[in-house]
Amino acid sequence: MYSIVLYLVAGWSGFFVMGVELLGGRLLAPYFGSSIYVWGALITIFMLALSIGYLAGGRLSIHSPSLKRLGIILILAALTVSPMLLFGTGMLDSVSTAIEDPRFGSLIGSAVLFFIPTTISGMVSPYAIRLLVDDRATSGRNAGHLFFVSTFGSAAGTILTSFYLVLWLEVNQILITMIVISLALGLVACLIPKNRRDE
Amino acid sequence: MNAPRLMRFLLLALVAGMPFGLQAQELIHSEKSLYRQVLVYEDGETRCMCFTVRCSKGRQTCLYVKNPDQLALGYSELMLSSLYLEPKPKSILIVGLGGGVLPRTLSQLVPDAKIDVVEIDPAVTRVAEKYFLFKQSPNLKVSEVDGRVFVKRAGREKKTYDIIMLDAFDHEYIPEHLLTQEFLEEVKPLMHPGSVLAANTFSGSGLYDYESVTYQKVFGEFYNLKTANRVILARIGGLPTLAQITENTSLFESALAKYRMTADDVIPLFNKRVDWDPKARVLTDQYSPANLLNSR
Repeated sequence: MYSIVLYLVAGWSGFFVMGVELLGGRLLAPYFGSSIYVWGALITIFMLALSIGYLAGGRLSIHSPSLKRLGIILILAALTVSPMLLFGTGMLDSVSTAIEDPRFGSLIGSAVLFFIPTTISGMVSPYAIRLLVDDRATSGRNAGHLFFVSTFGSAAGTILTSFYLVLWLEVNQILITMIVISLALGLVACLIPKNRRDE
Repeated sequence: MNAPRLMRFLLLALVAGMPFGLQAQELIHSEKSLYRQVLVYEDGETRCMCFTVRCSKGRQTCLYVKNPDQLALGYSELMLSSLYLEPKPKSILIVGLGGGVLPRTLSQLVPDAKIDVVEIDPAVTRVAEKYFLFKQSPNLKVSEVDGRVFVKRAGREKKTYDIIMLDAFDHEYIPEHLLTQEFLEEVKPLMHPGSVLAANTFSGSGLYDYESVTYQKVFGEFYNLKTANRVILARIGGLPTLAQITENTSLFESALAKYRMTADDVIPLFNKRVDWDPKARVLTDQYSPANLLNSR
């Protein structure tokens, strides 16, 4: 049960990040268009945020790592996405008024909306690896499994969002659904009894 | 239909219907831009701008090499018939340049009008100038910016236009943020009572119902001109009657002869019939899967 939840958290987090990224393109388009500049800015911010998240997640895993804390990371990532629902359009409106260049406008807009939740999401993978690894001999295999699950989740989040979800639901409905799933899964992770791996 | 008209009609039908691959079609120019590949093909009689190899997904613009004023694609006539609703425009906004046939023709028909064109892709503007006789002038300026961004800015500057033409879609890809209720609601303040909107859209795809209800939601009743394309003509302050429109056609009949356009081709297409599902979902910034719907 413990490792199932752990992998679920990692896979879902991958899904969540790519879902938010694609919907981010939708949110930016009315203000900056949907050109390669805008996608470039968006992807830059996501990659930068993830890279910093990896550092932070690795650092955080040193002191008393637990599945509960991993659940809290997932919950925080979801909660920091929610301001987008309320203030996203107003914020992008002011940024696009202040910065006319579509490149830097969309870069700043993406940074304000997505940097924090994506950084927090980036913490999930290294933290989860710490919880999985028992010894040096199996560490590579554990990391491989985890990367597989989380990147597979990203692929699923990308195709489902862009091919199907946008056809069925509104952008905010998709975001709310994903936030609710993150909160639920994070809560489950918090409630799973301690494992021998929790030291 | 008299004999020369019939001939012309058949010729047009032939050109429009002929798969270009069968003709001796020669690629005369190709350039990559930030957005796409811009290709120019010529087959002796016509020269076309396309965004896909051998124009497999439709043509952006065509002209007859020996008679470049003649309108080669049927939808141009439908778009230009917005002049019948507003015969004396002083300002015109065109979103989407293509080969520049619409602004080029309009700047000849109404030379005093100020024409703003929005074209996101500088390569398209370059190719239009080099191969399609398009020229900028003090009264005809192209802005290289996203259509939606231009409209937002124009709104902040409280600009208005007598005619607004939306022509930014191709068969291959629709910029989805230019086909939502919010976009049209940003276009509307750029219009004043009497301003006319002409939108070149799709007639036969899964998008038709969605698009129709979206335009209707923002602009109310509109004239729906359908051929292979569908052009929506809306007006702020209510549509003129068909009698008024027909009366206005006389103002242009002699001027339009040069372009081989006549009101007799267009007037029968004017109708307001709701031939779409009125319960279809309105496209919004929150819900705009235009490309997924268009491929259905």
